[in-house]
Amino acid sequence: MSNDAPIARKAQTPTRSTILLEFLGSMNLAITLLAATAIASIIGTVLKQDQAYQNYVIQFGPFWFNVFKTMGLYDVYASWWFLAILTFLVASTSVCIYRNTPNMLRDMRNFRMGVKFKSLRAFHFNRQWEPDTDPETAVAMVSSAARAYGYRTRQKDHGDHVVVAAMKGSLNRLGYIFTHVAIVVICVGALVNGHIPLKLRALTGSLKIETKDVPASQVPKSSWLSVHNPSFRGSVTVPEGSSVNLCFLQLKDGFVVQPLPFTIDLKDFRIQHYATGQPKSFESDVVIHDPKADKPVKATIAVNHPLTYKGYTIYQASFSDGGTHEDLKAWPLDSADLTTHEVKSAVFDKVPVQTSKGPLTLELTNFRMYNINRVKRDGKEKFVNFGPSFTFKLRNAEGEAKEYNNYMAPVEQDGRLFYLSGVRSSEAEPYRYLHIPATPDGGIKRFMQFNAWIHDPARVRKVAEHTTQETFSQAKFKNEQMARQIVDTMGRLVSVFGQGGFAAVAKLVNQRVPKDRRQKVMDAYMKVLQNVLGSLYVDLLRHDGVDVSNGLSQQNAQFYDDAINAIAAMGQYGAPFFLQMTNFKQVQASGLQISRAPGQNVVFVGFVLLIVGVFLMIYVAHRRLWFWVDKSEGRTRVLFAGTGNRNQRDFELEFNKLRDALDSRFRSD
Amino acid sequence: MSVTQHDMLKGFQRPSFWKTLSWFDWLWAALAVAGAFYAYGYASRIGMPMNQFQTGILVGVTLALVGLGWNWKPIRILSLVVAGTSLFAISLYGTNLNAGNQEFFLKYMLSGQSAVMWMSALFVGATFTYFGALFSGSEFTGKVASALTWCAVAMGLIGLMVRWRESYLMGVDIGHIPVSNLYEVFILFSIVTALLYLFYEGRYRTRAMGGFVLLVISAAIAFLLWYSFERQAYQIHPLVPALKSYWMKIHVPANFIGYGSFALSSMVGVAYLIRERALRVNPQGLLARRLPSLELMDDVMYKSIALGFAFFTLATILGSLWAAQAWGGYWSWDPKETWALIVWLNYAAWLHMRLTKGWRGAPLAWWAIVGLGVTTFAFLGVNMFLSGLHSYGKL
Repeated sequence: MSNDAPIARKAQTPTRSTILLEFLGSMNLAITLLAATAIASIIGTVLKQDQAYQNYVIQFGPFWFNVFKTMGLYDVYASWWFLAILTFLVASTSVCIYRNTPNMLRDMRNFRMGVKFKSLRAFHFNRQWEPDTDPETAVAMVSSAARAYGYRTRQKDHGDHVVVAAMKGSLNRLGYIFTHVAIVVICVGALVNGHIPLKLRALTGSLKIETKDVPASQVPKSSWLSVHNPSFRGSVTVPEGSSVNLCFLQLKDGFVVQPLPFTIDLKDFRIQHYATGQPKSFESDVVIHDPKADKPVKATIAVNHPLTYKGYTIYQASFSDGGTHEDLKAWPLDSADLTTHEVKSAVFDKVPVQTSKGPLTLELTNFRMYNINRVKRDGKEKFVNFGPSFTFKLRNAEGEAKEYNNYMAPVEQDGRLFYLSGVRSSEAEPYRYLHIPATPDGGIKRFMQFNAWIHDPARVRKVAEHTTQETFSQAKFKNEQMARQIVDTMGRLVSVFGQGGFAAVAKLVNQRVPKDRRQKVMDAYMKVLQNVLGSLYVDLLRHDGVDVSNGLSQQNAQFYDDAINAIAAMGQYGAPFFLQMTNFKQVQASGLQISRAPGQNVVFVGFVLLIVGVFLMIYVAHRRLWFWVDKSEGRTRVLFAGTGNRNQRDFELEFNKLRDALDSRFRSD
Repeated sequence: MSVTQHDMLKGFQRPSFWKTLSWFDWLWAALAVAGAFYAYGYASRIGMPMNQFQTGILVGVTLALVGLGWNWKPIRILSLVVAGTSLFAISLYGTNLNAGNQEFFLKYMLSGQSAVMWMSALFVGATFTYFGALFSGSEFTGKVASALTWCAVAMGLIGLMVRWRESYLMGVDIGHIPVSNLYEVFILFSIVTALLYLFYEGRYRTRAMGGFVLLVISAAIAFLLWYSFERQAYQIHPLVPALKSYWMKIHVPANFIGYGSFALSSMVGVAYLIRERALRVNPQGLLARRLPSLELMDDVMYKSIALGFAFFTLATILGSLWAAQAWGGYWSWDPKETWALIVWLNYAAWLHMRLTKGWRGAPLAWWAIVGLGVTTFAFLGVNMFLSGLHSYGKL
C-alpha cells in the first residue's frame, strides 16, 4: 500500500458525472494517455514532418499519400487526434488535481490526532515502553524528542489517553500539486502559443494559403493575417541595406503573410570565421523603426542572442545572398573571335543573352564569399579557402537549364593553377568541374587564345599546310593533291575536336571506317591531331613572346596537356561561353525568425512549478510519528509508531535512532 | 528518580547540522572557495573576465562541490587529486600545445586523449575485477575493483580538464568546455554513471552490483574507442555558433546525470532479475547468496530513477529555455526534443506505477531495462537515424 493513494471516499450511488470523473481521474487512463502521447510522438519523429507535399507523394505513392494526409501524419503535432490526446491528458491531470488537492492540503495540516491504539500497533515501525515516569513527563519527553528530529508536534488529551502526533516534510504533498498543476499550466501555455485559431481559419477557408512563390506585394489580401495576431512564428529574409515590415508563416504546402507593427532595417550582416574556416558567428545589425516609438532602436542580433521588442522576438536564423553585384566577363568558347562581352549584374537578375546556340537566359542564382574545402596537400588534410564563387543557370528557349558554379580566382592543384567551373543538369547531381588551366600569373588569356585559334579554320589550315610541307620536304616527297587532302583532313579533325573533343573524333572514325581498321585510323588521326594542335600551341607561345628555341619547358608542356584536356571536355560543358567574375560587391541577406508567444511566460511558470515540484516530491519525505501515552494497570504506557512515504530506508534509520534514544530513557533505572 | 525533566530532555537535542561539521569539513569548504576565487582571478588575469552568467555557474559549482564533499567524503580526495593532477598537466603544457607529444607525462599519461585512454583501460579492468570479486567472494578483490573505478573516474575527469585547456591552447576563440560533442559526452556519461554507482556502493555497503553497472560503462567505452580510432573523434573542433552559449554548461551535465542514473537503474534491474531467478532456481547458489537483497536493489533502482528523472526534467527544461533563445521557440517538436519527451513520459509512468499503484520488483526491473533502450535511442539513435536541429553529436 502506498500513502499516495487517494483516500477512499464513501460509497455513493454513482451519477453520470461522478462516473466521468472516476474515468478521467483514473490512473489507468493517465498511464494510457502517457503511452499514447509517447507513441504519437514517435510517429512524428520517424516520419519527417512539414515537408513539401510532393516529397511525400514520391515517398508513399498517391494512395498512401492521401491516407496519411487524412490522418494528419505530415504534421502530427498539430493533428486533431494528437491535440485530442493532449486535451485528454490535461483533463485527466486536472481531474486528479481537483480530486486530490483538498486531501493533500488537509493531509499537510492534519496531524491525525484521532488514531486508534490498535492501528498504531499494526504499523511496520512501532515500539512500546512502560516507563517509570508519569504520563506528563513521558509526553514532554517524546514531544521534545520528535522536535529534536525536526518534527512539528501536536498533542491532544483524549481523557483516558494522550496522543502526541508529529510530522515533517509535508511539502512533499505540495510537490504533488506543483508537478500536476505544472503539466496543466504548460499545456495551457502551449495552447495560447499554438496556432490553433490560425489553423481553424485555414480550415474554414477564411484564410487562403498562398502556394505560389511570389513576393509579398503580389499575395492577395485573403492570405494576410492581422497585425494584431497574438501568436505566431514566422521568418523573413532581409538583404543588407533593405528593410522589411512583415514575415511569412509556413502553413501546410504554402505560406501566409504576417505584417509587423514596425520596420526592421538591416544595416549589416557579418559572418566571422575561425582560423580553420568554420563559421564562428552570424550577426545582424538592425534598426527597428516603430511609428509609435520616439527613437529607432539599434541592436545586433546573433545566434543565441535574439532581440525582444514589445513582445516580438527576433532571431538570427539563417543567411543567404542578398543580391551581390557582379561584374562578369563572357569568354566565347566556340568562336575564333576572342571578343569578350562584359555584363554588370546582380544575384537574382535574369539576363537575356544572344549566343551561337540561340537565345539563352542567364539567371544569376547565388554568390559565395568563402568556399572552405578539405584538400590533401603534402600528404596532410587541410582546410583551404578557394575564395569567392558564383552560381548561375543558363536556360534555353525550351526552359531547360544547366547550372554552373564558377570560382573567381584560379585554384591551385598539384602546383598548377586552374579556373574551376562546375556544371550539372539538376540539383540532385554533384557538379562536374571543368579545369581551365591558367598561366602562372593567374591569366586565363592564353587558354582562351589557344581555344579561339582551334576554332579558327584559316589559322588551322595555315599551320596544317606548314606542318605537311615540313614533313613532305623532310621525306623528300612531293604530291600536291595528297598534301591538300592531308591538310583538309587535319582541318576537319581539329574542327571536330574543337566541337566535341576526343569523343567526337572517335565517333567520326566509328561512322566512316570499317571496324577492323578503326584502331589503326584512330591512332593515325590522333597523331595528326596532336601534331597540328602542338604546332598551334608552339605558335601561340611564340606569339606570347615565349622563347621555344630549346623546346618546351616542363611547365608549358603541362599547360598544353591541361588545355587539351579542358578543350576535350568542352563538349559536355554545354555553355557557349565561360563566365568570369572580374569584380563584385557583396550584398548579404539575413534570415530572421520572428515570433510572438504571449504564452511563453505561462509555460516558464509551469517549468518552475515542475522543477520545484519534482524535487519536493522525490526528495522531501512526508513522515509522521505518533506517541500514544496512557496508564495501563497503574503503569505509564507509551506506544510509538511512525510512517514515511518516501525513502523507507532513511526513515527506518531515523526511526531507529529516535527509538534507541527513547529506549535508553524509558529503560533507565 | 533523581534526574530532572530538563536533564531528561537534554539528550534529545540533536546538534544542528552546522555543529556536526568538523574542522576538516570547513577546510574543505575553504579550499573549494579558494579554488573558485583562483579561477575567477585567473580568468581576469588572462583578459577573459567572467561575465555574470559564468560567475553564477562558478558560484553554483562551488556550492555544489562543498555540499557534495560534506555529505560524501570520498569526493574530496577525488576533487583534490583531479585538481592537483590537472594543474600539473596544464603547467607542463604551458602555452605550447605540442608539449602533448613531447613531454613524457603528457604523452603517456595526462594529455586529454591519453588520460581518457587510461580511464577506458581502468574501467574495463574494474568491470572484470568486480565480477571476479563477486564470484570469488574475495573482499580484497572487491576493494581493488572499487579503487580501479575511483582511479578511472579520476583519469576521466583529468582528461576532460586537460582537454578543456587544450582547446584554449588551440586558439582562444576555439576554447570551450568539453561537453560539446558525442566523444566528450561519452566520457562524461562514463564518469557520471561510475560516480553515481560509487555513491550507492558506499551508501549501501555492497560491491556486488559493481560488475553489472560497470558493464554498461564498458559498453560506452567500447563505443568511445571505436569512435576515437575509426573517426578520430578525439580531435578538438571549434564550436558552431548555436552551441556558443552558457546554457550548454548546465544543460549537458544535467542531462548526463539523468542518462547516467537511468543506465545505472537498468543495470541494477538486470542484477535484480538475475538474483530473483537464482532464488527460484538455485537458492543455495552463488548468485542467490552473493547478490544484494532484492529490497536493496529495488530501492537503488527507485532512487536512481527518481534522481535521474529529477535531473532529466531539469535538463529538458534548461534545453527548452536554451531553445527559446537559440532556435526561436521553447519547443519545436525536433526529434531530439520529442525523444526527450518520450524518455520523460516513460519514467513518469514508471514513477506513477511505483508511487501510486505500489508496484515493486520484477516488472519495474524489466521496465527499467526497457527504459535504457528508450534512453539510448534518445541519446544515440536520434543522432544516427533522425535529423533535426539538434544535430551536434552526428555519427
